[in-house]
Amino acid sequence: MNWLISPQALRRQGVMGMNQRNLHFVGRYNPRQAYPLVDNKLRTKRLAERAGIPMPALIHEVSRQHQIEAIEPDLGQLDEFVIKPAHGSGGKGILVIASRDRDAFVKSSGERVDLNHVKHLLTNIISGLYSLGGRSDDAIIESLVHTHPMFTNLSIDGVPDIRVIVFKGFPVMAMLRLGTHASDGKANLHQGAIGVGLDIQTGESIGAVQRNRPLSEHPDTGEPLQGITIPNWRDLLTLAARCHDVTGLGYLGCDIVLDADKGPLLLEMNARPGLGIQIANGNGLGERLRAIEALELFAPGLEVRVDWAMGGIGLDQSRQAGR
Amino acid sequence: MRRWPFILAVALLFLTGLGIATYRYLDTGMPPLPGQERMVWQIEARITFSANGDAAEALLTLPPDQNGFEFLSETGASPGFGFAIDRAGPQRRAHWTKRTVEGSQTLFYKLDLVQDTGRRVVEDEPKRRRAVSFDGAYATAANEVLNALRPKSANARSLAEQLIQEINTDPLDQNMSLLLQRYSPVRLTGALLSRANVTARTVKALRLRDGRRRQRLRDYLQVWDNDGWLLFDPRRGLIEDTANILVWQTGNPAVLEVIGGTRSRVTFSMVSQTHSALGLARERYNPFDLSLQSLPIAEQGMFKLIMTLPVGALVVVFMRLFVGVPTSGTFMPVLIALAFLQTELLAGLIGLVLVVGAGLLLRFYLSALNLLLVARIATIVVLVIALVTVLAVVSYRLGLISGLAITFFPMVILAWTVERMSILWEEEGPLEALIQGAGSLLVAVLAYSVMNLAAVRHLAFNFPELHLCVLAAILLLGRYTGYRLLELHRFTPFLKHSP
Repeated sequence: MNWLISPQALRRQGVMGMNQRNLHFVGRYNPRQAYPLVDNKLRTKRLAERAGIPMPALIHEVSRQHQIEAIEPDLGQLDEFVIKPAHGSGGKGILVIASRDRDAFVKSSGERVDLNHVKHLLTNIISGLYSLGGRSDDAIIESLVHTHPMFTNLSIDGVPDIRVIVFKGFPVMAMLRLGTHASDGKANLHQGAIGVGLDIQTGESIGAVQRNRPLSEHPDTGEPLQGITIPNWRDLLTLAARCHDVTGLGYLGCDIVLDADKGPLLLEMNARPGLGIQIANGNGLGERLRAIEALELFAPGLEVRVDWAMGGIGLDQSRQAGR
Repeated sequence: MRRWPFILAVALLFLTGLGIATYRYLDTGMPPLPGQERMVWQIEARITFSANGDAAEALLTLPPDQNGFEFLSETGASPGFGFAIDRAGPQRRAHWTKRTVEGSQTLFYKLDLVQDTGRRVVEDEPKRRRAVSFDGAYATAANEVLNALRPKSANARSLAEQLIQEINTDPLDQNMSLLLQRYSPVRLTGALLSRANVTARTVKALRLRDGRRRQRLRDYLQVWDNDGWLLFDPRRGLIEDTANILVWQTGNPAVLEVIGGTRSRVTFSMVSQTHSALGLARERYNPFDLSLQSLPIAEQGMFKLIMTLPVGALVVVFMRLFVGVPTSGTFMPVLIALAFLQTELLAGLIGLVLVVGAGLLLRFYLSALNLLLVARIATIVVLVIALVTVLAVVSYRLGLISGLAITFFPMVILAWTVERMSILWEEEGPLEALIQGAGSLLVAVLAYSVMNLAAVRHLAFNFPELHLCVLAAILLLGRYTGYRLLELHRFTPFLKHSP
């Protein structure tokens, strides 16, 4: 039977299920009132700015129709920018402008659009076309992320990001998410993106999966998925760990991008991060989470937590030795 | 997150629900399963007489409480007459009165009773009445008959049987034919038994046969045998199966007495109904009872549906938390299941898929119009109504009556389903929309199958306290932290790590 696994085997490997995540972690460690901080990207941005967490810079926020009418001089000075809805999800309503050709805006795909198109998109965003509940929304205009050159052949279209699960301020598990044609460039695992498990201690790739199946090279580019090492790993983990401090969310997923110039930037946060990261890592979250719950530290500082994480807290030492 | 208080609370809920249900079962005899049927007889006594023009009074002797029957209700419907039930005498009597009345009159007495063969009414042996005295030659004949029969009989029962046999043989014994010249067979049997020191009485009884009209009471013989009366047919002997014989009158006074009238007579008509046992428990309720059965019939029908909702919710909770089937909208499947209950499954399923499918196509066009959410849903509601109308008319024209069932679907729910499915389609892709749509449908069909079980509907409506048990189960599932069944498949990549 290779299409079923016994609950005992899963438990032995510390794999966390959805019910356990919701009840023991999301439900217990994430206060309801902190959700808007991560659901609204504008609030996330303001929060990050105050706390000094690097994010793609906010250029403009648009919440009213009359601001759209007067947007031309603001956009006129920009060569590249990204427009996204504050409450968007699944990559909907995002416009990436990579360059200018006189009056026309050139999208990352090379397609040209004019100012009216941009205005129309902004109108749609603030009228709530892309927000989940259909509520009126804000549009965010932010600076473009320049994908780190190491990812050039690893991702299709979109920017690859690194998802880090942070529990009580300790980074516990990480994976690199690469867009594919199947996922339409989006970095969402269940849409068909590739998840590359990353060693939490070093930032080195462990293995890769797409739709639950292991794979060794990118299906679209043929680029090997082994031997990837994320640079500045400690900085990235430190950035993730700080997200806990500013939001108060005990169990959260941080999506971090690597900018060619600015280094790790926080893209967004998620108060109910998915469980697919365990499959990408070939390892359950359970042991790590339990080890951190059992830690008796009084208000551990940022560096202390990152030290614990890079020290491999909760990792199965025997399995580690075998790797 | 404390564990024991929670488990205690759940156990308490569960036991409370079960306890109240058990109590009500014992108290009202409400059957725990549907369809336990018992025969209910509706008997109507019709009294006619011709009034003299002065005050009139009619007295109808009413049947006594007896083995094998349970009385449900009685009414004496008679326009213009005062009606009362007189309990003073040895038997209850219906009493109609009117100050001045002339011409032919009709009075009705209606009695509803249930056949309950197990029911026993405890009676004491009645005081033996003085033996009928036979005079002269009759006394001699009677003694001879008894002397001949006594050695052949062991007890009251066999003596009665012998006597009845003797009276009905042809040719008759000399003594017997002499006696029968003077007495009717029933009276003679009773009198002879009394003379032999057996407690016996003649009674008038009604043979219950479905749909009979203008029936009359017939004479029977009752003989006391240790702990109860045995019923004898004066022509055929002992009646073993008395289930269909209702004893109406046992001695004095007469069945019908009319004062101030002539040509009085009483006839009986009867119908039987196989009332479900449930209906009986219902009729037995007292007015202070706060059960759902005290509501008007129409509202009861509504509650019959509503009361299955918690069960459907339990199915959804189970399917989502324990199995892990993805559904679009948390409780949309229950609402769909509720609609299925009214449409029948297949018709509902086809209608739903047709309308939602067509609605999705239209919705894709709408999404090109860039409407705001509220306007979008309102538009879909209108379109869905149009689709439903077309579907209903076309299927009716084609002779498919079941196509009309689609109207049972709440339009707003259909519109929401279309909207949610299309959002899913756009945001997560057609595959995800298909998976969630199929998941919702699967859960809806499952919820429907459970909600549609006769036992579930019966219990949910008649023992609403059992919902406490459902609640307990939902609470328990709400704290289930184990793996969902589908996760056991999702996490199969971990197989290679397990030894």
